[in-house]
Amino acid sequence: MNLHEYQGKELLKSYGVAIQEGIVATTVDEAVNAYEEIAERTGSKFAVIKAQIHAGGRGKGGGVKVVKSKDGAKETADAILGMMLKTPQTPGGMNGPGKLVRKILVAEDAYVPDFDSCEEFYVSILMDRQRKQNVIIYSTEGGMDIEEVAEKTPHLVHKEYIDPEQGLLPFQARKVAFNLGLSGKAFKQMSKFIASLYKAFVGSDASLFEINPCMKTGHDDIVAVDCKVTLDENALFRHKDLAELRDLDEEDPTEVEAKNVGLNYVNLDGNVGCMVNGAGLAMATMDIIKLSGGEPANFLDVGGTADAKRVEHAFRIILKDPNVEAILINIFGGIVRCDRVAQGVVDAYKNIGDIKVPIIVRLQGTNADLAKDIIDKSGLEVHSAIQLQDAADLVAKVLG
Amino acid sequence: MSVLVNKDSRIIVQGFTGKEGTFHAGQMIEYGTNVVGGVTPGKGGTTHLDRPVFNTVADAVSEAGADTSVIFVPPPFAGDAIMEAAAAGIKVIICITEGIPVQDMVKVKAYIEDYDCRLVGPNCPGVITPGEAKCGIMPGFIHRQGKIGIVSRSGTLTYEAVDQVTKAGMGQSTCIGIGGDPIVGTTTKDAVELLMNDPETEGIIMIGEIGGSMEADAAHYIKEHGTKPVVGFIAGQTAPKGRTMGHAGAIIGGAEDTAEAKMKIMEACGIHVVKSPADIGTTMVEALKK
Repeated sequence: MNLHEYQGKELLKSYGVAIQEGIVATTVDEAVNAYEEIAERTGSKFAVIKAQIHAGGRGKGGGVKVVKSKDGAKETADAILGMMLKTPQTPGGMNGPGKLVRKILVAEDAYVPDFDSCEEFYVSILMDRQRKQNVIIYSTEGGMDIEEVAEKTPHLVHKEYIDPEQGLLPFQARKVAFNLGLSGKAFKQMSKFIASLYKAFVGSDASLFEINPCMKTGHDDIVAVDCKVTLDENALFRHKDLAELRDLDEEDPTEVEAKNVGLNYVNLDGNVGCMVNGAGLAMATMDIIKLSGGEPANFLDVGGTADAKRVEHAFRIILKDPNVEAILINIFGGIVRCDRVAQGVVDAYKNIGDIKVPIIVRLQGTNADLAKDIIDKSGLEVHSAIQLQDAADLVAKVLG
Repeated sequence: MSVLVNKDSRIIVQGFTGKEGTFHAGQMIEYGTNVVGGVTPGKGGTTHLDRPVFNTVADAVSEAGADTSVIFVPPPFAGDAIMEAAAAGIKVIICITEGIPVQDMVKVKAYIEDYDCRLVGPNCPGVITPGEAKCGIMPGFIHRQGKIGIVSRSGTLTYEAVDQVTKAGMGQSTCIGIGGDPIVGTTTKDAVELLMNDPETEGIIMIGEIGGSMEADAAHYIKEHGTKPVVGFIAGQTAPKGRTMGHAGAIIGGAEDTAEAKMKIMEACGIHVVKSPADIGTTMVEALKK
């Protein structure tokens, strides 16, 4: 689960991590009030207005702007709130439709008063799948695309692995600060920053923290100017407060609907919808659709209990996509009995009524023959198959 | 012969009296698996499914001689259950539970390294040696005793491969569902190595997915040490590139993450790679003829 920048910063702050302070606003009036408060607090007329959407690269699409007056804040807030912000990471990238901005963060300008003495670093924490340990990745090259830095100047990207039983040790935090070329007050602040950040990472069961830039200010303080926080959904049961931070507006509405009824659905661009039990088989089914001349319109895992109700929900969700020209249902019955799934398909088909696209049903495993019989005798326009290859051939056939 | 579990394994079920545990333990017993008891804290001394219930895994080891455990404990407590099994001296720990927090598994993985045990899973269908022991949630009836070892990260896709192998007239030595989580106890390479060293296994089917580098690691092992034909498939050739892990994840994931890249590496390492999941069984038949 992804957090907004302002939510991520609040989380970091609660663990003692220094952040670029700000106030979130959903209207222009709120933004102006926030600007005045920030200006009074900092004694500076400079502030930054940042669009709050779940995507990086917001600056590139005009979603991050420096303002230096009340009027400027009003104008900028008015422009950004409600805009369709395009970034390299929004769907379709810079050529896509963009994402609606519903909230902005009015933040202090951390580069004031002495822009030239500020230094930008990169710090992230995540779990390294190969080592099965958490790792802190950091670089002196902050504020840039870290993938590019890693490719062009790999020696500037450092990694510090954390022993799961010991946790982050003080010398490791110092090592990070030294490697970033810091000394004096900034060195101490960075050691503290890293220690608090790691505490926050473990404490919130995060799967990714990315602080870019992490900045040394003109006063030799270290602050998180931006942050990307992803939390482990499997751990939300022990973080009820964090679970409430989910912003459904940022998620695909159909995917949210699917999730609510226990389906795992991802919308794709193709023309053949599919409904499968199990994630691996679902991906394999998408592959076979492609090999049969189609393109998968979705990924949909109905899970372990593919009963009639779920099948009907799944049907309705797939049919919402106007690009769907055919639907392939692929169920391998283990514990779940194929005849029950077949009956579910027939019932759902009748309940929904007006299904205009051809449907191919492949049921294999427990009671597969019985299932095929139910489908074949239903009188519905449904093609049935038992072998995976037969189902693939049927897809090719209906696509003509 | 087989690997990990056989008719002599002394198996317990952790989370024995729960809904999942009860159902699947029942299925395991019906298959003929040597289930010697189960563990549910607080219910020790009672019986369930005609088997003794123990309060702790240590009791199950000392009183029932358990050496293998199948875990159906809910996600918040599953990490603890794995560590309890390891500390009690269980040799093969098979964790079926889906949805364990990643940071729990980081700790578990480090903890069990000090013990002489092997963890399979979590988030896996389990391990089956057909005709001898079914330790997990897979449908027993699609399997047949034989000489093909299967390693897979997914559940139903494994059943698909098993079914194709059976229909092609072959059977399975042992099928190992290693699980789909970011941290798993037994990697693809570990499982392939077990089967490569099993004298009764004549061919290996390796089924992977996008993400991580486990298949590439296994492929490099096969190139160096392989003595048997291996058929490979990677699910997710059409999956869109995810952005969920952001930039930092991509640094570690690297370019070996995609299905295409993995298949290329596997092919270069001498694995018979199939593009269609419908060709797994027939390709194995062909590979064995060579």
